[in-house]
Amino acid sequence: MIEEKEYEHWDQVIRPESPVFSLKLREVWEYRDLLVLLVKRDVISFYKQTVLGPLWFFIQPLIMTLIYMLIFGTIAGIGTDGLPKALFYMTGIISWNYFSECLLKTSTIFKDNAHIMGKVYFPRLVMPLSIITGNLVRFGVQFVLLAAVILYFVILTDYEYHITPYLLLLPALVLLMALLSLGLGLIITSITTKYRDLAYLVTFGVQLLMYATPVIYPLSATPESIRPFIAYNPLTPIVEGMRLAILGKGELELFSLLSSVGFTVIVLFFGMIIFNKAEKSFSDSI
Amino acid sequence: MSKAIKVEHLSKIYQLGQIGTGTFSQDLHRWYSRMRGKEDPFLIIGEKNDRAQKGSNIVYSLKDINFEINQGQAVGIIGKNGAGKSTLLKILSRVTRQSQGNIYLKGRIASLLEVGTGFHPELSGRENIFLNGAILGMRKTEIKRKLDEIIDFSGVERYIDTPVKRYSSGMYVRLAFAVAAHLDSEILIVDEVLAVGDFEFQKKCLGKMGDVSRQEGRTVLFVSHNMGAISQLCTSMLLLEQGELALQTDDVRKAINRYLSDTSEEIKTSWENPGKQFESPYFLPLRLKVASASLQNGERNSFSNEFPVRVTIDFEVKKWDPSLEICFWLYNDDGQLVFTSTNSDTSPGEWPEIKTGENSLAMDIPARFLNEGSYILSLSSSLTMKEWLIHPEKSTVSVRFSIKGGLSDSPTWYERRDGILAPVLTWKKA
Repeated sequence: MIEEKEYEHWDQVIRPESPVFSLKLREVWEYRDLLVLLVKRDVISFYKQTVLGPLWFFIQPLIMTLIYMLIFGTIAGIGTDGLPKALFYMTGIISWNYFSECLLKTSTIFKDNAHIMGKVYFPRLVMPLSIITGNLVRFGVQFVLLAAVILYFVILTDYEYHITPYLLLLPALVLLMALLSLGLGLIITSITTKYRDLAYLVTFGVQLLMYATPVIYPLSATPESIRPFIAYNPLTPIVEGMRLAILGKGELELFSLLSSVGFTVIVLFFGMIIFNKAEKSFSDSI
Repeated sequence: MSKAIKVEHLSKIYQLGQIGTGTFSQDLHRWYSRMRGKEDPFLIIGEKNDRAQKGSNIVYSLKDINFEINQGQAVGIIGKNGAGKSTLLKILSRVTRQSQGNIYLKGRIASLLEVGTGFHPELSGRENIFLNGAILGMRKTEIKRKLDEIIDFSGVERYIDTPVKRYSSGMYVRLAFAVAAHLDSEILIVDEVLAVGDFEFQKKCLGKMGDVSRQEGRTVLFVSHNMGAISQLCTSMLLLEQGELALQTDDVRKAINRYLSDTSEEIKTSWENPGKQFESPYFLPLRLKVASASLQNGERNSFSNEFPVRVTIDFEVKKWDPSLEICFWLYNDDGQLVFTSTNSDTSPGEWPEIKTGENSLAMDIPARFLNEGSYILSLSSSLTMKEWLIHPEKSTVSVRFSIKGGLSDSPTWYERRDGILAPVLTWKKA
């Protein structure tokens, strides 16, 4: 019997410990259909049984833009880098929406999906990836809206729009935003399996973070005294970069962009490690 | 024969004292008190923080489990509540991780700890088949290929493009099981999912699972409290007792008998609710009792078959609901379900009146109807077609009695007969 044991070939071994850092990307790839279906589920269930349907994707950023124009643009009189207010705010809003939606949703994946994850195994990373992809669809739709508004300004007003080479930066910036929110989300969701406090902190923390990021004001309009603090925010070069890429106006230094990339890499790395550790036994503690 | 699963020295440990208290501030507080050498302020009440007894706050949910399972076997896993069945399944299906030991597997493993995991109420039946299939590890092309078969098996073809939130619970379960039954994995893990759906469908599921192991040569692990289903389906058994593997055998009956004799010792001829167990506004069981006019056998729970067995159910109703159904399930010592009976088996005019407050219902199991042997009678109740109040598979409201002697007045028949029942029928000239 002992001899037989040595020749036995096993396809899979489940051990008590797994490597500290393993992405299991091959496994995630095997489950790519699940990822697509989860994205589809989220998109469809968002507007099922609503009268306006997918129009809801447009309504929220439109109304937000109008309100920002009124409050920050007109009442508070904050400058917009010489850009038309509507375009300035809308670019900021849809970029920020993408980041905050990704972060908020990924930071609760263990809690939201406990009923699924407690019953079936699949590579856990599929869940956060589906959130990021799903929101990308939403971002894409809203981007079309932004393009339409730009077109409206070009045709009906004397706004001159120039496509700049910075537009090529757009995919990279979106990716950076996705990875940063993924990394932060993984860290938060892993910690919240033990400490629920953080979940409450995140919801309003994200709101506060928006004010520390040049979403409703341009970086160029910040006073010298607080400017360094805002410039250190890793989200600042991303949001400013988005405006630079789409509207051709924004402050983007190579150094701050690179440090933002560096920050993202570190966060993502830690996120993966802590997520790997948490997913092993989260169903015991949640 | 080639092996499908090998488990070596598997243990799962829970540390009672060291689970996070839930919030960060409390953990900080705990850490600070410990630093000053004080008692942990958040220790669970009733748990002694005794330093002399080191290691007492470690609980083994599973302890040093070793077994091998051959390919194509259908293995039943049985044990009392808390014996570690679910933990074992959870570890095997990788939902949680073991503390010690390794598991070796051959082939894909699919687990069904629940039917319909990940079903989304807003999506249609068809969309949910794809989603659920993908969660269970199927590729899209695979599901597409089997779609017709799945829909056909579920029997909900007409509603396949309706959102599942409009499904009846029965349809929901049918669809969910249909997806799971068509998984193509080499190893299938199933946990009590058969406790749902109507009888017909349960039979269909059992048949399907039997096919899976017998004809397709796949390995099935099956946890259930339903000994009838286990004995029908399984070719091998694992019996767990308090986290340890008490018995692994191919003799299915032997394992079932050991399990039943172990559990039924605690069950007496009467059951009294110790507190508010199974409390609901519609039905709160107070007492369940079996009695017989015969007590000549000396043993208190052994009845002569000459007399009927009287079953008395006392219960309290706070909120009256016309659909309240009270039911008992009678099992023999093989774990086979002998029959079930409910308060609504007759025409509505004859139903016993149930009012708010305390009620007492009684019925007789006829004399000379059951066979000699011991029986377990479990109570269940439900709001018909709406919800279970006490699920029959999970009911611990049970009493036990045995029938001994008094089988007939015939000079040639006085001991146990083959067959499940032993009714005395009167033969006449036609």
